[in-house]
Amino acid sequence: MLPPNFEHWDAILKGLKESLEIAVLASFFGILIALPVGLLAARNLMPAWVSWSARALIAAARAFHPVIVAILFVKAIGFGAIAGIMALVVASVGFIGKLFAEAVEEISLKQLEGVRATGASFAGVIAFGVLPQVLPRFIGFSTYQFDSNVRNSTMVGVVGAGGIGAPLFVAFQRFEYDVVCAIILAIIAVVFLAEVISARVQRIFGA
Amino acid sequence: MAQAALAIRNLSKAYAPGQFVLRDLSLEVAPRGVTAIIGPSGSGKSTLIRCINRLVEPTAGAILFEGRDLTRLKGAELRRARARIGMVFQEYNLVERLTVMENVLTGRLAYVSPLKAWLRRFPPEDIERAFRLLDEVGLSGYERQRADSLSGGQRQRVGIARAIMQQPRLLLADEPTSSLDPKTSVEIMTLLRDLAAGHAIPVLVNMHDVELARRFADRIVGLAGGAIVFDGPPHALSDARLAGIYGGESWLH
Ligand SMILES: Nc1ncnc2c1ncn2[C@@H]1O[C@H](COP(=O)(O)OP(=O)(O)OP(=O)(O)O)[C@@H](O)[C@H]1O
Ligand SMILES: [Mg+2]
Repeated sequence: MLPPNFEHWDAILKGLKESLEIAVLASFFGILIALPVGLLAARNLMPAWVSWSARALIAAARAFHPVIVAILFVKAIGFGAIAGIMALVVASVGFIGKLFAEAVEEISLKQLEGVRATGASFAGVIAFGVLPQVLPRFIGFSTYQFDSNVRNSTMVGVVGAGGIGAPLFVAFQRFEYDVVCAIILAIIAVVFLAEVISARVQRIFGA
Repeated sequence: MAQAALAIRNLSKAYAPGQFVLRDLSLEVAPRGVTAIIGPSGSGKSTLIRCINRLVEPTAGAILFEGRDLTRLKGAELRRARARIGMVFQEYNLVERLTVMENVLTGRLAYVSPLKAWLRRFPPEDIERAFRLLDEVGLSGYERQRADSLSGGQRQRVGIARAIMQQPRLLLADEPTSSLDPKTSVEIMTLLRDLAAGHAIPVLVNMHDVELARRFADRIVGLAGGAIVFDGPPHALSDARLAGIYGGESWLH
């Protein structure tokens, strides 16, 4: 296994780049979708039928491991990074949506009432009464999920959904353990980088 | 009385079927001045105030305001009516993580589009007015401070500014000084009365402190068991009448 073999560094770099792209895009769309889904799932803001529908959606998104979801997407839309992105979007909506809905359900109703009593529209109540109370936590969940997406984006390649996972799997099957070792070291570096980035983001937003 | 700013007709409220907290209550509020509602704990003061802007759903009766029955409004119409009624709370009910300025501008949310609300884009005249109001309540220079960094008295000043920012035609206040020390209470009541008078807004305020009510109200309404048992000017509120409102008299001496 040692020393690591970086001979195919260009392939490793290409795989890593694709993994990171998968993680970033999946996080972006996942966060974008999780925000409204989480709000809809909050029982203190929405009528029961709305929050239950949103909760059902979140539960479905959380039902399977991202790699299994990736298999489903590979089957549905074919091999490649798009399937990986979709799988991690689903995972992000499930995780952020669930925790965000719980955070919204814990907000202070007094503060909300103060805004509601001014005759503010629903959108106004959300923007001035709800989000200021939960934004730091939302950012916390989102950065955590970004971290998680980076890790998982190295895995979905194993089932053909793009990223560094594919070359890792191939090297493993060919018993090229020095290449496996090189790829693993590269993944560690990227995951570490993601950790640093999300810590930065959290610090900026005071989450 | 000239055309009343608010007319409550035969209002009843029961939180649980058959258990009435307000019983067939009628009350008119003049277009000017401070009306204080006093009464023992549980007599229905908060319920009465909150029925008016429908933070609590009335069970029966009518509440006439600007030519409409508030009890029948729904959705956008209800929000429009609420925008014309300012409310000041005992625990201020500011959004803690927003700045003083944002809390005051909340009073204009009913008038800006959802997109502008999300982008925090308020018309310049709103922002100017907010600055002026903050000056009037004695908080100029505090615009960018977060609400949770203020003292109780300062928070209530922001609460009052937010309510006046709505340019309301009626101001409701539910025990606005009950979380404050006696000196601050007097300052806040002075501010509430003078600001409302300056903007020609009638005030309906719940109070626990009878002396404070006597001092600041033009009219006192005594509530007991969900019905009005006294209604008159402060000087008519004798010990005997007080005993009638609160029950017994040993506590008076
Ligand atoms: N949300 C509610 N659900 C059920 N009962 C309630 C609710 N709010 C108030 N009540 C009951 O209604 C009655 C009147 O309450 P209300 O808060 O209006 O009285 P109050 O005069 O404001 O009292 P206080 O001086 O203590 O604030 C009380 O018996 C109270 O327990
Ligand atoms: Mg009360």
